Amino acid sequence: MVSHFEQFLAMGGYAKYVWSAYGLGVIVIIGNGIYTARIKRDAIAKLKRRYRT
Amino acid sequence: MWTFFYKMSSGRSFYQLSGRFIPFFALASMLLFAYGLVGGLWLAPPDFQQGDAFRIIYIHVPSAFLSLMIFSVMTFCAVLSLVWRIKMADLILQVSCPLGAWFTALALATGSIWGKPMWGTYWVWDARLTSELILLFIYFGVIVLSHTIPEERTAAKASAILTLVGFVDIPIIHFSVNWWNTLHQGDTLKIFSKSTIAPSMLHPLLAMIGAFAFFYGWMCLSRARSLCLLKDKRARWVEELVKSW
Repeated sequence: MVSHFEQFLAMGGYAKYVWSAYGLGVIVIIGNGIYTARIKRDAIAKLKRRYRT
Repeated sequence: MWTFFYKMSSGRSFYQLSGRFIPFFALASMLLFAYGLVGGLWLAPPDFQQGDAFRIIYIHVPSAFLSLMIFSVMTFCAVLSLVWRIKMADLILQVSCPLGAWFTALALATGSIWGKPMWGTYWVWDARLTSELILLFIYFGVIVLSHTIPEERTAAKASAILTLVGFVDIPIIHFSVNWWNTLHQGDTLKIFSKSTIAPSMLHPLLAMIGAFAFFYGWMCLSRARSLCLLKDKRARWVEELVKSW
């Protein structure tokens, strides 16, 4: 089982290329997700401040 | 259809309708990501020529697809904005642009990573790669333009016009592999004939393209909703909504 998983990680010798491509994909997806949440949070905070005064 | 676009010129109806789409987009995106990643990284067999390196396709092709799709959405919004003055179209265009730039950059970067073991080089100045790089600069141009013009209406108009002009690059990118001799391979997915890819490799690819597209829809609507609230901050419905939270 362990060797099976190691084989998976090795990607037939292309590990460096495959995992760096997937890593970049994950960064772009997660990063944009976090940024979207921040836009929403900031907008709500700004509007709440506005209506409080 | 026209009444739909007419309604979408009001911030309130846009806000309400888009809120109903977001959970669906989010769920569809996550399910397709799960299936696409398991299928692409684990279940699909290694390619007989490229070995496991072909698995980069599941990131590269969806992001390249989005780079073209998002720009097409922006062009559609530019027309709606310039011809019918639909305000929400400006918002969609504005929030789509950075997302499109990110996916274009991702397509270029993953293509580069893929090129090294397969072509022996990270970069060549051939038609497909160069026209995609130009698309990235067009995205940058629209972002810069919309942020440097202080007056909101003028900025929206200028971005819409630049988007229309930039659209000429989209067919060039799409057909570049047919028009010029290039290192980049031809189309694998075909709409009108059988795709030249085995089903066990094809299904995860379609799933990943769907996952990326729904992710874009999710991010785009969510950001547009936030901007929509800020834009309509003087309206009563926004005040009531924000106070109810």
